[in-house]
Amino acid sequence: MALLNKKDSKLILDPLADNNPITIQVLGICSALAITAELKASVVMALSVLFVLSVGNVVISLLRNIIPSKIRIIVQLVVVAALVIIVDQVLKAFAYELSKTLSVFVGLIITNCIIMGRFEAFALGNGPKKAFFDGIGNALGYGIILVIVGFFRELLGSGTLFGFKVLGDPVTKTGLYSLGYENNGFMIIPPAALIVVGIIIWVQRSRNRVLIEEA
Amino acid sequence: MAINTEKNSYTVIFAVLMVIVVGSLLAFVASGLKPKIVENERFEKQQNILYAMGVDENTGEGDVTFIPTTQVEGEFSQYITKQMVVTGSTATEKDNAYLIDVQKALAKAKSGEDAELPLLIGEKDGKTFYIIPMFGKGLWDAIWGYISLDDQMVVQGVYFDHRGETPGLGANIKQRFFMDDFKGESIMDGNNYVGISVAKGNNDPLNNDKEDNEVDALAGATITGNGVSAMIKESVKLYKPYLQTIRKN
Repeated sequence: MALLNKKDSKLILDPLADNNPITIQVLGICSALAITAELKASVVMALSVLFVLSVGNVVISLLRNIIPSKIRIIVQLVVVAALVIIVDQVLKAFAYELSKTLSVFVGLIITNCIIMGRFEAFALGNGPKKAFFDGIGNALGYGIILVIVGFFRELLGSGTLFGFKVLGDPVTKTGLYSLGYENNGFMIIPPAALIVVGIIIWVQRSRNRVLIEEA
Repeated sequence: MAINTEKNSYTVIFAVLMVIVVGSLLAFVASGLKPKIVENERFEKQQNILYAMGVDENTGEGDVTFIPTTQVEGEFSQYITKQMVVTGSTATEKDNAYLIDVQKALAKAKSGEDAELPLLIGEKDGKTFYIIPMFGKGLWDAIWGYISLDDQMVVQGVYFDHRGETPGLGANIKQRFFMDDFKGESIMDGNNYVGISVAKGNNDPLNNDKEDNEVDALAGATITGNGVSAMIKESVKLYKPYLQTIRKN
């Protein structure tokens, strides 16, 4: 591939599995618990983080040689907050409906530890192109887990996917519900996300033993 | 030229410049987009008010569909026949009463002061709707909405919205399956004002019982649900003196 050399594609592909920000780096857990009760919110959050992290990484990387190290965390915070606010304002003016869906996530994006984590760990020490790929990779890795967790929580907790009743209607007892199936109310509360993430980590580590830390 | 980024003077200058640049950028963006945002918010209010009186583009089951923003202004002036402000038991007409800040007006009235509470009167198919704006708090942040009543004090429709309730849980107050349940419920129990409760032990998921002043709660969103109950009860209560003058049995 001409566009991406081996190193660049590694930057994108690594965080998807073996260096996943949620399951391996254990970053961004808070938002993974908070908003994965339905699939739609997971997807919206994943896309928002994709944008903020890739653009933010590039900005920080461009500024990396002039940022005073004593106040670098503050600078990072200012960059991500300014980005998120500008996006929010532009959406409010030109895509009001979308902005209403997203406004809940704005605060969550600013405080998402993945963003600060990648700025600090990668963008400060690498060029803008690499930082851009790193941002995309990590945001996708984060998004994949969000979507998997959202899929199981919405399916088992509400019996729906993207709001569509895939298992039948629980009130009028059609589909699976006519056989006596019940939604698991536990799945829609945040602790369930912790358990689903735990299971993903378990599956991932049992498939790839390199990831298991020495006791 | 190599810059010594470790020097204190450099750090201070960098911080000052950063604040000026980012601050003016944000101020520039905010003031440039403000007229557009204000207009969007006005259209949204009109859409929400019309939704509460059943003027919408909903089809069958499914999502909330408002009158499109391009038409909402025309429909609003067509269906909303009077815009009033209520003080105690008297109502006087006032232009653009729907733009009054509901949060402030309700807070003022609650503290016992004379406040101008907005009330909208709509006409559709020969029926009169009294639309009351509401404001309250959910789990994380503010919740608000509109409730439309007929002259028997029976709910004709509601619209709820929120600033930061949890997606998939509390945020479901603005879903149709929740809002539709309110239609047909009365805010009165006999001659007593009781409001409508979002009740967990309602045992009536299909909401067939319209006499119990209760609708079925949302699983996993108890505090938001309680917030909705309190919001309806507290907001509508302030209009009670006026509602008594129009109530017919």
